[in-house]
Amino acid sequence: MRHTISVLVENKFGVLSRISGLFSGRGYNIESLSVGETIDPAVSIMTIVTTGEDLVIEQITKQLNKLIDVIKVVDFLEIDHVEREMILVKVAPRKEDKPEVLQLAEIFRGRIVDSGQTTYTIEITGEEKKISAFIDLIKPFGIKEFVRTGKVALAREGTRKGK
Amino acid sequence: MKISGAEILVECLKKEGVKHIFGYPGGVVLNIFDVLYDEKDLQLILTRHEQGAIHAADGYARASGKVGVAIVTSGPGATNTVTGIATASMDSIPLVVFSGQVPTLLIGNDAFQEADIVGITRPCTKHNYLVKDIKDLAQTVREAFYIASTGRPGPVLIDLPKDVTAGMSDFVWPQEVKIRSYNPTYHGNKYMINQAAQMIAHSKKPVIMAGGGVILSGASKELRELAEFAKIPVTMTLMGLGGFPGTHKLSMGMLGMHGTYYANTAVQNSDLLMGIGVRFDDRVTGKTEAFASHAKIMQIDIDPTSIKKNVRVDLPVVGDVKNVLRDLLKTLKEIKEQQWGAVRSAWLKQVERWKEERPLTYRFDKNIIKPEFVVEKIYEVTKGEAIICTEVGQNQMWSAQFFKYDHPRRFLSSGGLGTMGYGFPAAIGAQLACPDKIVIDIAGDGSIQMNIQELATAVINKLPVKVAILNNGYLGMVRQWQELFFKERYSHTHLESGNPDFVKVAEAYGAVGLRATKPEEVEPVLKEALKVKNRPVFMDFVVDWKEKVFPMVPAGAAIDQMIFDEEKEEKKLKAVK
Repeated sequence: MRHTISVLVENKFGVLSRISGLFSGRGYNIESLSVGETIDPAVSIMTIVTTGEDLVIEQITKQLNKLIDVIKVVDFLEIDHVEREMILVKVAPRKEDKPEVLQLAEIFRGRIVDSGQTTYTIEITGEEKKISAFIDLIKPFGIKEFVRTGKVALAREGTRKGK
Repeated sequence: MKISGAEILVECLKKEGVKHIFGYPGGVVLNIFDVLYDEKDLQLILTRHEQGAIHAADGYARASGKVGVAIVTSGPGATNTVTGIATASMDSIPLVVFSGQVPTLLIGNDAFQEADIVGITRPCTKHNYLVKDIKDLAQTVREAFYIASTGRPGPVLIDLPKDVTAGMSDFVWPQEVKIRSYNPTYHGNKYMINQAAQMIAHSKKPVIMAGGGVILSGASKELRELAEFAKIPVTMTLMGLGGFPGTHKLSMGMLGMHGTYYANTAVQNSDLLMGIGVRFDDRVTGKTEAFASHAKIMQIDIDPTSIKKNVRVDLPVVGDVKNVLRDLLKTLKEIKEQQWGAVRSAWLKQVERWKEERPLTYRFDKNIIKPEFVVEKIYEVTKGEAIICTEVGQNQMWSAQFFKYDHPRRFLSSGGLGTMGYGFPAAIGAQLACPDKIVIDIAGDGSIQMNIQELATAVINKLPVKVAILNNGYLGMVRQWQELFFKERYSHTHLESGNPDFVKVAEAYGAVGLRATKPEEVEPVLKEALKVKNRPVFMDFVVDWKEKVFPMVPAGAAIDQMIFDEEKEEKKLKAVK
């Protein structure tokens, strides 16, 4: 099962390696990871996407909690939440395909953030499904470069689901 | 008034109540050692290797219950501590280790004697710090001692760049320490404790499996009260030995790979297994799918990550073992008046039968010393009142099997990491912590050579540590596996031809060296050794190299699939015929 885990940590040097070391030391894989400061600059939030059996995930969340610099761990699997990811994709379509690429970007509520002689850089934000649908559609036009932020997530207000 | 970082550090140590520090000097810790030079209240014990310093601090911590402290220099000094830190980490031993570091401006430049020790020890410490600003020093030391000694204890390392210890600042001792992200659970959940009491009340064949957590939390008294009240037989992990009296009628000794027949059989036949302060290590469970398969498993531990890590758990109780056991007993007493004696009598009788069926034995031989005989004699001569340290391998297992530990903190052994070379420096630490006790390291001829240089430390500090070398000329445990599972191909396990004369080694260092080659010499040698009060003693017991540790659960087998000494078995069969 795929889990999105949010980890509130002390914003200190070395914290990221404590967390990544916890994963690598046990052979767990991190699929995506995003880190940023919270409103309180002394605290950072990490959003980690990982896959594993229930027991493995339970061990991961417990081990995360055990780290001295970790303040709070939330596994979103049991929680109704919103999640978003942003991608930047630089496509180099043939001249005749350009209108279609622009149209696709529009359909997916993307923005053209840069355009060159032969390329467009498109920004798309959304849930995983939307992102992968867009990638599938844009691929045939020739992706030159591609980058994604990794997922971020927040619980929806007052709609905590039971286990 | 401004004082130096080194002075701040020493002030902090005094505030923490530290009396002994184990260490080794070097370039970047010169400032600290300079302050220690005039210090009256803090004694630095100079070991002869940094690994020895950490094991000694570890032995000191295990024997006394206090935090063990060590100071080493940067680079190789720091990397030499890694085995010791990992040893302490696996066994949850509270240590604070100070390593010197190159000046902050040079960090990352591959400076002379630079090592990223914070990075290297990250996976084997409970937490570690690099102090970049002298203003953080006192706070960091305070936090380190707090973290090391609370919750599930463990080693904490503080890396101290030279400019931090050389710099000047005001000394402000933080009155209290509170870390918002670190809040161990000390009290068990009431509902869970009620459930646990019900489980005990309803079980017919319960077994308590006590581990190192019982000793760390100081819960021996509570454990004994619970076991005696509810009439539950107790087995212990290697780390739990002494947590429950080994001579108690309810004790079944150690379980696991070299556990007793009765302990392993009882666990496998139990309907309730209470894991108390254990993590169900693979040396204890054998094949996990076949482990206690008829039992409900209850686990009491302060560390949530220990729970359900290795085996299924039907009832977890997170909390400090001492508190949980106290609450559990209280709850149990409130439950309807049980006639525990009547409820348990069939089960306890069954356990007694198993004990009689296959007790722990070995074949005495009047011509050659059996290693088990030595351990037994140590037990006799010391009347069980000694702190026993061990190395790793056969010596460790025989020490666990043939010495009965009636008190906690009397059996010091590297259980988790299995570190050869642990026992002797640990014994030095234990002797410093407990000057009035007899401290004996039961070693092998392989293990003792892994930290033999600490003889100098023991001699110079007039520590009467005894080392009983069970000298079989082999890396005995590995040889045993080679004999049983590798067609007697003794690949690189023969040591005898390269072994030094241990008596002469001892004497060369100014210690006492004694030797026994015949069984009748064992007791006189031990008695002679015990008379020595101001120097360490090496006792070289030349033992039967063929002797193996039994019973034994082969790797990957269920713990009731034990193999025993075949010859003895044959004899027994003949007797039956």
